[in-house]
Order: sequence, then structure tokens, then C-alpha cells
Amino acid sequence: MSKRFVTIWFPHLKTNWFTRRQPSLYNTPFALALPDHGRMIVTAVNNVLEKEGIQAGIAVADAKAIFPGLKVYDDKPELSIKLLKAFANYCIRYSPVVAVDPPDGLILDATGCSHLWGGDLLYTTAIINRLKSFGYDVKAGMADTIGAAWAITRFDATEIVIHSNQQYFALLFLPPVALRLDQDTLELLDKLGLRQIQNFIGIPRAALKRRFGNHFIERLDQALGCKEEMIHPVQEPAPYHERLPCPELILTRTGIEIALQRLLETLCSRLQREQKGLRYASFTSYRVDGKTQKIEIGTNRVTHNSNHLFKLFELKLDTIEPDLGIELFILQAFKIEESQPMQNKIWSGNCDLNDIKVSEFIDRVSNRIGVNNIHRYLPDEHYWPERSIRLASSLDEKMSTSWKTDKSRPIQLLSTPERIDVTAPIPDYPPMIFRYKGKLHKIKNADGPERIETEWWLEKGQHRDYYSVEDEEGNRYWLFRLGHYTSDQKPQWFIHGFFA
Amino acid sequence: MQLKKADIITQLKKDILLLKGSKCGIGNTIQIKLGSIDDAFPNGHFPLGAIHEFINEKVEYAAAAKGFISYLVSALMKAGGTCIWICQTIKVFPPSLKSFDLEPDKIIFVNVQKEKDLLWVTEEALKCEGIAAVIAELKEINLIESRRLQLAVEKSHVTGFIIRDQPRDIGINACVSRWKISPLPSSSENNLPGIGFPRWNIELLKIRNGKPGAWIMEWSYGKLHPVSEQITLVPQEERKTG
Repeated sequence: MSKRFVTIWFPHLKTNWFTRRQPSLYNTPFALALPDHGRMIVTAVNNVLEKEGIQAGIAVADAKAIFPGLKVYDDKPELSIKLLKAFANYCIRYSPVVAVDPPDGLILDATGCSHLWGGDLLYTTAIINRLKSFGYDVKAGMADTIGAAWAITRFDATEIVIHSNQQYFALLFLPPVALRLDQDTLELLDKLGLRQIQNFIGIPRAALKRRFGNHFIERLDQALGCKEEMIHPVQEPAPYHERLPCPELILTRTGIEIALQRLLETLCSRLQREQKGLRYASFTSYRVDGKTQKIEIGTNRVTHNSNHLFKLFELKLDTIEPDLGIELFILQAFKIEESQPMQNKIWSGNCDLNDIKVSEFIDRVSNRIGVNNIHRYLPDEHYWPERSIRLASSLDEKMSTSWKTDKSRPIQLLSTPERIDVTAPIPDYPPMIFRYKGKLHKIKNADGPERIETEWWLEKGQHRDYYSVEDEEGNRYWLFRLGHYTSDQKPQWFIHGFFA
Repeated sequence: MQLKKADIITQLKKDILLLKGSKCGIGNTIQIKLGSIDDAFPNGHFPLGAIHEFINEKVEYAAAAKGFISYLVSALMKAGGTCIWICQTIKVFPPSLKSFDLEPDKIIFVNVQKEKDLLWVTEEALKCEGIAAVIAELKEINLIESRRLQLAVEKSHVTGFIIRDQPRDIGINACVSRWKISPLPSSSENNLPGIGFPRWNIELLKIRNGKPGAWIMEWSYGKLHPVSEQITLVPQEERKTG
């Protein structure tokens, strides 16, 4: 199947934008100008002024002499590329590959797209009408090559669609400027009296090349389809992506859910066929008023389970606002990895840490509350209680050391030890009474002390002497004294945990 | 003849429980042995695939409750599987769980800041078939919320433990049981100085289709042992004046 391209041309891109911002300018002639070599040069004119015969490139003073009441605004050089990019993103609903063609055009790779709109002509007119509704002057053309489409868009007032392999005949009566040639070549052609493409299209290539150079031949070949032309799309389509254009606008959540489900099913069945799975996916909705909304999900494990992916997306579906209606959904899969086909168990027993059900649960939770809130702890080679555990980096990380059970540790540990008032006999007997949160505890039994030194290579500070104590009611606590007894100040006591 | 009669009666009791709508323990092959406490449960064993509620009036009670739950969960995890511990901020110290036979590295801790999300995560976890147990530290839970959790559990046969620290309103809810575990003074062997094994007053305040009760148990050598001697809770000063 041959390729099809649509080129779009905005003849008055910047002035249309000004008119949109100030509707009062609609019927008044105005121009945009920029300083150049000490004078103001007109860079863009609106259609009213164009009808008067004034074109971009003349000095503002000259233009004002011809047309005294002329309004002149400062041009914004960055504006056209910004507008074109916005239009290109909007046009993704018509084709996945859309490129910006500065200074005032767009190129769409429409291969295999137009049948969704009922044919080439309907497709192209649909694009023109939609873009015109934004208040811009639009011309568009469709052909097998970018060159031919570009030529008829700008220089053929009647044709919109050139049928497959007809570009040769369509170009015959157009001027050479339609081939996107440089100024020197155009002047040379003009001097030689070659004012239409038909005048030189039959001349042998070798002769043309000798006179006009390689660039000329390249442009001619590109227009005729002998040579391929590359474009740089504004959004690189992901290799695994699915589109769902909706002829009827989608307004309800049920509709969005059905669309998502359908896209997921086709994508997942393709992934399954190729024994691959995704780690990251995005679901984009294109609203009729030009807004796009995107939700993204990530998974812990390579998956092609459409039900699971649907559940992950479902949590974020609330953020999509259909407003006036959604006309296109795109599902893109990133981070595609090989996935080993798994055999389902005949009966399901208890699942382990690396069971799919557990990782799917974690996906759902981490998509809602964030992956940083899910932890697994492993033992670490430290005596200092706060450092005796560390976070596991992944769900299936193995322990490097075993858990220590030789010393009793409290089941509840305070994240920061709290100060308590203590009465304790010296030198290092356990306390007799202590006060914690206003309540007095009389200690009946105690174990200790167990001295834990600070790791001076990690942190400065004093050692701790830990005591496990039990009060009259049977509550068991973990207390410690910070540092040595000194003559000048009383030692500080802390509570650090509760035993079962 | 006598023996046959007893068999018939136990069978009938089981049938009545089924008719009452108790679905606990169906499809579970694990049994937790709790000694004399077992008599309080319907069918004589700890209800699995259900939600148990633990009320802690004080911080110290929470420590005791967590010790008791750790033992229950360790029995559930013997057959493999993982445990999910849901809380706002982690209070439990994982290395100590090892002394209650629980493998701390097999537990997934989920920290949830918002109370609304806490219930959602708990429900999602309880829905996940094949997980050995879910422990959730929820402060408040009302009838509707607990019923949602109960419905999730009935499908997935996951056992859930809800730890409620100093709840404002205990209220009524759909949990199958309500426990209160409080620490008791330990006694060391041969009156040696120091702290003995953890000893708890296990109060079963509510149990569906069972008989509530209270037991004094001691956790030693990896098992729960009943304590026969009566513990006096009276402070020493009062005893002197009396």
C-alpha cells in the first residue's frame, strides 16, 4: 500500500491568532512588523490587507504610504512554532504521526487513516473544517508524497486530494516554487523561461543535475515519489499502542471504561502473542475542544493481564473530565519486556512474596498511595536498634544475615526515644520508679543493663545502657540511660519501647 | 452407644452453625491450637477466614496484643504465604516478631497516611486471595465499614486482624470476635531476679456462635501455656493497709 500524506497550510497563522485575541480586528487591516537593519519590516499581513495588495517583506513606512490607516503590531517570532506545535498535538486525533513544517504548515502521515472518516476527501475536509472552526484560515491537500501535497496545498486552488500515483499529472501546471526550491534556483529557472513544472519535468535528469545541482533533483524526486522523505513527528508513537476513535462523542464514565477495556484487550492479546509484557502504560483521551488528558500507571512486574491493568487505570479514571465529549482514546505501552509464559496452577494455594496476586495488590496500592509507602524490612548487621533493620530494595530481595533473637527486643519501638524522669540508685542499678506521660510506674522486676555503643564511624554521641523493666501492673518497658554518670550533671533517661 | 451419641451431637452442632450462616474456616486446612481457649470457639477451633478485633485501651495493651497476634499469624504462615501489615506509621519493631515465631522479612508493611485510604487498602488486601493474614491498625471502624471487610473475607478466606488503639467509640461491628489482651506481672522460675516470660490476660469479650471468656496465658518456649495460679493484681500498699 502506498503512503498518503496530508499537508496543512495556515496562510495567516499569526494574524489569525491576533484576530482571535482581539475580535475587533476582524475586518480592519493590520500588519505585524519586526525591526530589521534599522527599519521596521512587515512580517505578516492579515487577509484584509492582503486583498489590498500589501505583502510581507516591505517596509512599514512604505505600507503606511500606500494604506494610511494601517495598524501595526509587534511580531512575536516564537509564536508561529508554538501555535504549530499546539495544532500538531491536536491533529494526533487524525493521525499518529504529525510533524511541524515551519514556518506555517503541518505534515500528517495519513497512511491508512482516511477510511475511518469515509474516504480521502471527507478526511481532508474534516480536518480543514475542524481547524477553520478555531478561527484560522486553513488549506490542506492530500497526496502520495509530501512534496506533491505541499505543492497543491499552496499553489492549486481547486484540488484537495490527488489520487494514488497521480502526482505527476497534478504537478504539471504548477510553478517551480511549488517544489520547495531555494531562491537562486527559482531565479535561474525564471531567467530560462521555465515557469511551469511541465517545462522541465521531461528533461533528462543528468542535464538538470548539471545545471541546477543535487538539491533540485532531490526535491523533484521527493515530489514525484521516487525518493522517500523523512519527517520528525511531534510525538513519537510508541511501538505498542492502540487507538480508538469514537464517531459518537464519549461523555460518560461507562463509555470511557468500555473504551479502556477494549484498548487493553487488543493490546494485551498482542503482547501475549509476542510473549511480552509491559511495565508502564499511559491512557490518553482527546477532547473535542482540543484538550488532552493523560493517566499513567506503572507495574512492579511485567504483565499482560488486561483485568489487572484495568483495575490500575480505574483508580485514576476520575481525573478524566469528558466535558463536551471525547473523540479519541490512545493507549500506549512503554517499557516492554519479555515475559515468561506462566502455567496456571490447578488449585491455588497460599501465595508467596513473589506471587502474582501479591504483586498485583502492591501495584494497586502503590498507584493510589505511592510506592514509597510500601516496605519490607531485612536484618542489618548493627547493634544500634534504629539501624538493626533496613528497607529491602525489592520484594524478592533475600536476607544477607539472619534475625538475631539472643537479646530480647521490644515489640513496639518508639521512632524517637522519649525523655522520662527516673529515680535510680547508682552506680548502674535499674531504676526504681519512673514517670512517663504523667503516670508513675513502680518497677518490680528488671533486667540489664545491656550497653549498646554508638557506631562512631557513622554517628557521634553517647552510648546507651538499656534496661528491660516490669512495673507492678505487669507492663514491660525498654528504658535506657544515655552516657555515663558524671559529677556535674544528672544522666538522661529515655523510654524506647514496649515489650509484649 | 454413649460415644455415638456424642458424635451425633457434635455433628448436629456443626450443622446448626452452617445453618446460622457461619462460613468461617471453610476451605482452610490450617488449625491454630490455643489450648483451653479453643473451647470457646464454634467447632472448637480458631475461626479463620474472618475478621478479629483487638481493643487496646493503653499503649502497653497494644504491645501485648501484637505479641498475641504475631503468634496467631505465625501459625497461619506456617503453610507459606505472606502477611500484610497496614498502619499509619510503623510502630512495631520487626526483629522482635521473630521471638513470636513470625518471619519479619515475609511481612509487607504498608504505611497509609489518610484514614480513608487505610480502609481502602485493608479491603484490597483482604480481597487478595492466598495472603495468609492481614493486620490493620485502624483506630475507628463502624458497622458498615466492618461489614464491607467481612464480605471481602468471605470470598477470599483471608484472616484479618484489626488492632484498635484507644478507640473513641468501641461500638458494634461485624467482626467475628473482640479481644482484649493485657499484660500481667511475670513470674520467673525459682524466684530468680529479672523478668520472666510474657504473661497475658486474654479476654475474649465477644465471639460469634461461641462462648466469651478470660484466660491467663504465658508465652514461653514458642508456645502458649495456661497459668493455673491466681495472680493478685492488688498493689502492695493496699495489701498492707488491708
